[in-house]
Amino acid sequence: MQPRRQKRLLAILVVIALLTGAVGAMLYALQQNIDLFYTPSQLIDGLGNDKVKPQIGQRLRIGGMVVVGSVKRDPNSLQVSFDLVDTGPLVHVTYKGILPDLFREGQGIVAQGTLVDATTIEANEVLAKHDEEYMPPEVAEAMKGIKHVPPSQLDASTNKPTQGSY
Amino acid sequence: MIVEAGQLALTFVFALSLLLAVVPLLGSFTANQRLLLLAKPLAFGQFAFALVAMAALVYAFCNNDFTVINVAQNSSSTLPWYYQVTASFGSHEGSMLLWVLMLAFWTALVAQFSKALPLLLQGRILGILGLISAGFVAFSLFMSNPFLRSLPFFPVEGRDLNPLLQDFGMIMHPPMLYMGYVGFAVAFAFAIAALMSGRFDSVWARWVRPWALAAWLFLTLGIMLGSWWAYNELGWGGWWFWDPVENASFMPWLVGTALIHSLAVTEKRGTFKSWTVLLALAAFALSLVGAFLVRSGVLVSVHSFATDPGRGLYLLVFLLLVVGGSLLLYGRRMNSVRSQARYQLFSREMLLWGNNIFLLTACLIVFLGTLFPLFHKELGLGSISIGEPFFNQMFYYLSIPFALLLGLGPWVRWKQQQVMPLMRPLSLVAIAALAIALGVLSSMQSVQANLALLGMLLGAWVGISALAEVVLRLRQFGSIGKGITKLNASHYGMTLAHIGFAVLVIGVAMTKTYTTERDVRMLEGDTATVAGYEFTLTDVYDLNGANYGGQAAELDVRQNGQFVTHLHAEKRFYRIQRTVMTESAVHARLSRDLYVSLAEELPGGAWALRIQVKPFVRWIWLGGLLMALGALLALADKRYRRKTTTTDATVAGVADA
Repeated sequence: MQPRRQKRLLAILVVIALLTGAVGAMLYALQQNIDLFYTPSQLIDGLGNDKVKPQIGQRLRIGGMVVVGSVKRDPNSLQVSFDLVDTGPLVHVTYKGILPDLFREGQGIVAQGTLVDATTIEANEVLAKHDEEYMPPEVAEAMKGIKHVPPSQLDASTNKPTQGSY
Repeated sequence: MIVEAGQLALTFVFALSLLLAVVPLLGSFTANQRLLLLAKPLAFGQFAFALVAMAALVYAFCNNDFTVINVAQNSSSTLPWYYQVTASFGSHEGSMLLWVLMLAFWTALVAQFSKALPLLLQGRILGILGLISAGFVAFSLFMSNPFLRSLPFFPVEGRDLNPLLQDFGMIMHPPMLYMGYVGFAVAFAFAIAALMSGRFDSVWARWVRPWALAAWLFLTLGIMLGSWWAYNELGWGGWWFWDPVENASFMPWLVGTALIHSLAVTEKRGTFKSWTVLLALAAFALSLVGAFLVRSGVLVSVHSFATDPGRGLYLLVFLLLVVGGSLLLYGRRMNSVRSQARYQLFSREMLLWGNNIFLLTACLIVFLGTLFPLFHKELGLGSISIGEPFFNQMFYYLSIPFALLLGLGPWVRWKQQQVMPLMRPLSLVAIAALAIALGVLSSMQSVQANLALLGMLLGAWVGISALAEVVLRLRQFGSIGKGITKLNASHYGMTLAHIGFAVLVIGVAMTKTYTTERDVRMLEGDTATVAGYEFTLTDVYDLNGANYGGQAAELDVRQNGQFVTHLHAEKRFYRIQRTVMTESAVHARLSRDLYVSLAEELPGGAWALRIQVKPFVRWIWLGGLLMALGALLALADKRYRRKTTTTDATVAGVADA
């Protein structure tokens, strides 16, 4: 090879090595910051085909509908607790702070927090989108055809069975 | 009638953009001067009709024409008139029309101000802009027509504008942002035109530079306004959320910043050519990625538009065509381009190369963090979210070396720099930075080894170094007084933009470290103390606005018994959209913001309030503003407006080649 080409090859190799290193480091950092998303039934029964259950102390996101009548406030502080549901079991969420403007019973929300025991999550952030009809897409998927029909789609037939049994 | 006229005008825009895409390019290949000369009037015509179309849409909004679906869904008769105007670009359809108008505006500007360019290049640039424009106009016309009517059945009242968008920041934010996004199309067109002719030299770089700078200027302003809007309007005092849509605007900004630096090398030294071209292509490609992310609904975000798979597919195909086509052309042409200039390891070229590496790494981080959840989900690995800590951590590590190099960069000469001569001035700068950072912090807060100290140090280093460097340059003209008028505007621009970066870094570090936030439960007459300020809730009462109701709270703020200010926070309920909005009360000073938002009513007549004291938060936007001003100053440089550019540029080009 000509020296010129050799030099160029070396430069390209160095750049590629640096790039792989950088991307690797980023992916590693990414791994540390991934929060898996669960619905209440996934949290209880496990996620995916292997039914992987989250560990106590794990950081995660949970999305579901706030069970009507489950919101309890502490009269002297901003401590609040409520239950979330999608299709089956309930998950208990505790939170200290201000709930978002659109937090209401019967509404879809997403909470970010840590798992304190098998069915309780201590949230550090509660999100409700600025939209009355909002439902986290993952919850909508899990609850397809169960009961929640956004107000604007009252006429649309959403009652498709989740499993195709005839 | 007017609406149909708008529709017709948009159709004309489409026809004209098609002509603009075909005629001059055909002329450039057949060497037909008459066809090439047609480019200019076509560009003007396109802009004129785009203006008519936009005006028709604004007219429909201002006259509450609810037979137009777009108006019915995004406006109402109770909306104040200025928000009715801005509602015209508040929806997906309307904002696409604004996008088209901006693109037509840039094209007309290029047609007007490119007299110095050879006719062939002029024709090709305008032709490529016409091609891009045709793609977007077709999208607007066939996939998201803003003028669609819902006759014969139409609502008597509209659904109102999303309350989040009813804010001053929102009047300015989208036009600025789109000017930036679309502005990179000009740099893109210059790059493609140059690839077609295979001629790259410092002349080419000098032609592109003002366009890239202008686009960058608008994008900077747009992002800054967006951040300011989020701070005011989302109600919780955040100024950057690493939201996918924010990231979508941040990526072209990072690459655009790399581009304006790389262009400097290409103009002054005739090197980095293929790199610069690649950046010009990437900046526009990332603008398109942004458009795709926002409008396709693949990512869930606070401000993504309503989802429609068809639109997403169109944009994806368009994006792939643009990226694929330009990379193909790049691959075929670029291997013949050689940079001759030689430079040593310690030279300004190398430092600017480092700047580019850091900016592109930053862009890669944002790209990965934004798209990783999408890939993760598509691969069937479950839904995930990438937390803010990822971005914060990565940017923390990146900004330290970046800021250190930034302070050094302007001092270093082209080609080769000896280390010794720089030792004395730079160590003086370092000592001054240390003294100022420690001084400021100890006078305001206690000095601790934390993010704030680091930010102060880096900010002072960059800022003082930029100032000292400009003083040194002025001295080289004999005396400072003589130098002030002689130093060119772009040098002042660079200095100002670098100071802007320093201000921004200080703002971010101080706000991140010393923000005090408390969620409190208050009854009327209660007092809460946050960071030395005493907030007293004096009154809570019902509101009655034009299109909203809700509650308002009045607070008095005292510091050490001294009255500071009166705050008025609202919690609005917009009746038509049935949405709750928190209108926070902000008392802004350069050194701190007092930020109060009224949250929910609690049992027992009490209210939950979030009270924040955010030191130096204004500096974040001030920094962005200074950067934009720097770009404006650089644009004013005489050499971009020299009448005789062609003649002496050719000489320079030959000398460089």
